[in-house]
Amino acid sequence: MAETKTMNMIEAINSAMDVMLERDPNMVVMGEDVGFFGGVFRATAGLQKKHGKTRVFDTPINECGIIGVAVGMGAYGLRPVPEIQFADYIYPGLDQLVSEAARLRYRSAGDFICPMTVRTPFGGGIFGGQTHSQSPESIMTHICGVKTVIPSNPYDAKGLLIAAIEDNDPVVFLEPKRIYNGPFSGYYDRPVEPWSKHDASAVPEGHYRIELGKAATVRAGEALTILVYGTMVHVTKTIVEEMGIDAEIIDLRTLLPLDIDAIETSVKKTGRCLIIHEATRTSGFGAELAALVQERCFYHLEAPVERVTGFDTPYPHSLEWAYFPGPVRIATALTKILKD
Amino acid sequence: MPETPQRPASNLPPLSLHIPEPRYRPGDTPDFGDIEVPAVEATPRPSEATKPDAMRELSYGLVRVLDFDGQAKGQWDPKLSPERLRTMLRYMMLTRAFDDRMFRAQRQGKTSFYMKCTGEEATSVASTMAIGREDMCFPSYRQQGILIARDYPLIQMMNQIYSNRGDHLMGRQLPIMYSAPEHGFFSVSGNLATQYPQAVGWAMASASKGDSRIATVWCGEGSSAEGDFHSALTFATVYNAPVIFNVVNNQWAISSFSGFAGSERTTFAARAVGYGIAGLRIDGNDPLAVYAATRWAADRARTNNGPTLIEHFTYRSEGHSTSDDPSAYRAADEATAWPLGDPIARLRQHLETLGEWDAERHEAQARELDDLVKTTQKQSEKLGILGHGMHQPFETMFDDVFEELPWHLKEQCAQMLAEQEAKFGPNWKPE
Repeated sequence: MAETKTMNMIEAINSAMDVMLERDPNMVVMGEDVGFFGGVFRATAGLQKKHGKTRVFDTPINECGIIGVAVGMGAYGLRPVPEIQFADYIYPGLDQLVSEAARLRYRSAGDFICPMTVRTPFGGGIFGGQTHSQSPESIMTHICGVKTVIPSNPYDAKGLLIAAIEDNDPVVFLEPKRIYNGPFSGYYDRPVEPWSKHDASAVPEGHYRIELGKAATVRAGEALTILVYGTMVHVTKTIVEEMGIDAEIIDLRTLLPLDIDAIETSVKKTGRCLIIHEATRTSGFGAELAALVQERCFYHLEAPVERVTGFDTPYPHSLEWAYFPGPVRIATALTKILKD
Repeated sequence: MPETPQRPASNLPPLSLHIPEPRYRPGDTPDFGDIEVPAVEATPRPSEATKPDAMRELSYGLVRVLDFDGQAKGQWDPKLSPERLRTMLRYMMLTRAFDDRMFRAQRQGKTSFYMKCTGEEATSVASTMAIGREDMCFPSYRQQGILIARDYPLIQMMNQIYSNRGDHLMGRQLPIMYSAPEHGFFSVSGNLATQYPQAVGWAMASASKGDSRIATVWCGEGSSAEGDFHSALTFATVYNAPVIFNVVNNQWAISSFSGFAGSERTTFAARAVGYGIAGLRIDGNDPLAVYAATRWAADRARTNNGPTLIEHFTYRSEGHSTSDDPSAYRAADEATAWPLGDPIARLRQHLETLGEWDAERHEAQARELDDLVKTTQKQSEKLGILGHGMHQPFETMFDDVFEELPWHLKEQCAQMLAEQEAKFGPNWKPE
């Protein structure tokens, strides 16, 4: 593989867009503050200067407009990569995503397509309060015609984002902002380790893809299967190692299409399945995963499928660490599922 | 039940909430005498490069070309050749003949739904004729006139309406939700005004590529209340996008009169003023005014002078759709009392005034178009009608959700096929 460079997630995401802007003259990047300034999280830093103002530009504060305009650009033949500044702000654009982008290929029988990738930071643990912390992934997976991707490290982020941009269907690319600068252990009172100490920070500078719909085994094990994605991959790994449990940790990476084979193979091997996500519990993606595991692996299960999730409340500001599915909640669930 | 809040003691007069109410309801005799119709010559035609703030009065006036004696007058007269006028008349008459036939087909149980554009033919036909063949149209659901003015095969429209074997949309869309990329016609959504920001995005893309094509988009006055409308105008003005916004103000959004979209306070063209966009309020039943205004806006867009919002002041002569009964909510005679007449009658009168048309030719053409529609309908019906069941292979239901079929859709497809086999036996074939 080509030369690698140590990158954090922001740099890897920036590099993916840089590589694709270079390769595909039809790609455009747009969103609030993404142009001259380079985005509130710096994900688009330097891209406008390098690729020009008609390729990377600021937009009005209007998510309906951002996604709607991107649909029209896609119909023209461009490959738009809009940024929604926080996933919490995607709702004003949801009709354009659900009723337009997602269904354009279907309703026009392929006359028009929407090769759009919506990038948006999501998740909490940054004292963002209820409007900068949400995890809306199950809203996205419930839409027919949209793919939902969530990376958990710099190497995956770049390879998945390139695959998402090259995909001819709309993709919602949810970026776990708590781990933009380093993997999070789950202990908010400990210093954050930078990505440079993590293997996955070695990122090739050029073009590479990680196929959508393929999970990664973060840790192989026999005692139980843990299905997880985004920030919670690292929290889970920390707790599993602390407790000395031989867990198989599967980072789903793409929620839709889901890597059902990886899930089935692992759960049939371990006989136990724990699902961990930060999003609210009821109708969360964990419910879908639990149903699938139950349908496909019931006769291999030795314990009920368990979920560790955020609570069904808006994301609280001062009490966010009581909301967050942290070490205590995960350890409790691990103890229970292994005892059952 | 929470208690009704009590008004605190106060010397101030009580506030009152205004709920708009149309002037006429069933049983009333409508009188539109107070609608201001300025003289044709009264409206100046500014240059296409005029700054929006120097032409605000055009958002509140009424651009006209044809007077009620059939004469074309004033600065806006596009001075079209008789040949071109006859073509325009033919497209509008064909649109009406098509509507009448397809409406009847729905009533005969041959399909589920239809929408006519009677009285509004000029707003799509004349508008389409004023732009380039390569320009991109983002229609709402009542712009069949675009396809007809671009010579889209009638049989393809009918096949879509019947969801039959010839329907290239595979029976997936409600009748009249056409899609015709080769004819510069975007897929009709059915969700209202969503096409507005999309048209702006298409226009922005065209401009960013140094292309010369522009985009045009339509919505009704009712759906101009949607957020998408305002998102679109904001983006269009920010990026000076080469796009024409058409608001077809046909006075009625199903049963809600235009007051529920704000017409009691201002015009729809005046929405442009706040955005710094050129706004033109025009007589939508005057095909030459529609042509002239659209041509003005197209030239403006093509010379990087920015977007235009055109309000087509018109009247929806028929129900909203085959599912609607307007006699339940509006006065029966509104269409005939409408002061701006009928676009087909007005263009016919103009051509006759010019000595370029006569009653005999008109009636002959009406018969010819009726026959054309009837013959085409027979051909289309050979490919099946919705009333006779399903015409597409079952598994096509899962195609085009994504470019490639993911595992979960493959599984669901297999389940559906097993269900259909249990129901119809193994040898079922689409009709």
